[in-house]
Amino acid sequence: MLENIVNFLGENIQMGYILILMIFVGVEVIGNVPAVLHTPLMSGANAIHGVVIVGAIIVMLDTDPSNIAALVLGFLAVLLGTLNVVGGFAVTDRMLEMFKKKPGK
Amino acid sequence: MEYIKEIIYLIASVTFVAGLKLLGNPNSARKGNLYAAAGMILAIAATLILHEGEVATIVYVLIFAAIALGTIVGWMTARKVKMTQMPELVSLFNGMGGACAALISMIEFEHYTDQPSKVAMIAAGMVIGSVSFSGSMIAFMKLNGTMNKAIRLPKYNILNTVLMIAVVAFAVYLVASGTDNVLLVYTLLALALLYGVLFVIPIGGADMPVVISLLNSFTGLAAAFGGFLYGNMVMLTGGILVGSAGTILTLAMCNAMNRPLWNVIFGAFGEQSAAGPGEGPTGNIKEVMAGDVAILMNYAQRVVIVPGYGLAVAQAQHAIHDLEQILVSRGVEVKYAIHPVAGRMPGHMNVLLAESNVAYEKLVEMEDINPEFPNTDVVLVVGANDVVNPAAHNDPSSPIYGMPILDVENAKQVIVNKRSMKPGYAGIENELFFHDNTSMLFGDAKAAINKVIAELKDM
Repeated sequence: MLENIVNFLGENIQMGYILILMIFVGVEVIGNVPAVLHTPLMSGANAIHGVVIVGAIIVMLDTDPSNIAALVLGFLAVLLGTLNVVGGFAVTDRMLEMFKKKPGK
Repeated sequence: MEYIKEIIYLIASVTFVAGLKLLGNPNSARKGNLYAAAGMILAIAATLILHEGEVATIVYVLIFAAIALGTIVGWMTARKVKMTQMPELVSLFNGMGGACAALISMIEFEHYTDQPSKVAMIAAGMVIGSVSFSGSMIAFMKLNGTMNKAIRLPKYNILNTVLMIAVVAFAVYLVASGTDNVLLVYTLLALALLYGVLFVIPIGGADMPVVISLLNSFTGLAAAFGGFLYGNMVMLTGGILVGSAGTILTLAMCNAMNRPLWNVIFGAFGEQSAAGPGEGPTGNIKEVMAGDVAILMNYAQRVVIVPGYGLAVAQAQHAIHDLEQILVSRGVEVKYAIHPVAGRMPGHMNVLLAESNVAYEKLVEMEDINPEFPNTDVVLVVGANDVVNPAAHNDPSSPIYGMPILDVENAKQVIVNKRSMKPGYAGIENELFFHDNTSMLFGDAKAAINKVIAELKDM
């Protein structure tokens, strides 16, 4: 099993690099953000992890149409993922809409 | 075709990073959100359209039905929800993402039982996704008031730690044994869901923002494990980005409250204050009527309003803006003092006041307003408590000792609007209420402020 894991890591070493570099990007991007923006920022990040819906769609596309259980679960996964994406971005936009108005007033 | 998909994924990843960066500045925040949303649409479209291999029509029908339904429901909910309910909605959507990751793992387990490394990804995605889902649901219920008390099972810290170790050990066993027994997967799922519930249930409502932010980064991780499973770059970058950014954001929120993260998770507020009941400050409190408050403010030169959670609950943001406008028309200088953690989430109070058209320049952050309090005639505290508690400065035994607060006690006159004498979130008494220059205006924030406005109009 250990061999399998080492092989997996070796075969996917670029993903390892992406993992490390993205961690730093995430830290860098958030650094020194004013507290005022914490809520919209959290909400925006919340919408971005809705990218998990891509996985749900991949699962669905590869599902055997005769496997009803998998179809039902996949349908639910796509539905919930869409809620996360659409709801997340829409809520964030609504919050930020209020920030936008201010300087004009 | 495969290359085009990969290139689109790359573009989407760039929009996520750039979007999050732009979200960190008030002037570009909205644009950043739209960039990230556009990237997301690209990624979803590429996944659907550029898929290789035969796909049955029924599958496409189901996918489009799910997306259509999710879009309509998600959009309507997001548009209709009241501003005060935003935080619980964020928690709800976060839970949906976690559940999505867990469902993917449930379906995929059977397909990869012969590859331990992939089973490891599946198990990790399932555990983290489920914890995020059940935890977010509890946070959602706590924020909307369905479950408003911190429920603490006996020895809950030990219980939770044991359960966490059990979940991890079980997941390792599942991977190592190479089993294809689906029942074991459901057991793991159930354990993870239970852990999510027990993890959030002992944490008080005031700390929910931190918890949601933490669960937010969990869901990001769950999405990243999905990316590892499929070698899908956009899931990987998006997931890790949120996982990492969410963690930093969580720490920043804890920082604003001057509490370490472990303190939030393992709880301290309730226990510490329970250690010394009855030791709170005592003395006389002065109650004032709306008419007196109106007179006081009418003849003041400088008024500072300190809005807090109570204002949000009472939906008094419009009333307070009306009060501000009347005072300004009488030549009074009015400002708002915004504590970093005022409201239900950091920055939430700004959003609420912006909704009622309070000018951006009138919202003053803590560091800038604190030196101005000695020159302030009247401070009106509406529904805030712990953020103005002087115990944070002068009582080392207080659980909030060391937390930065608004120094309202330096003002000439302090008027505190509260519904009752009940202590705030931290469950501790506030000696400010017993000061000589403090008067209490009891009542619901909206009703009380409207009374003051009515009195002002008669003058």
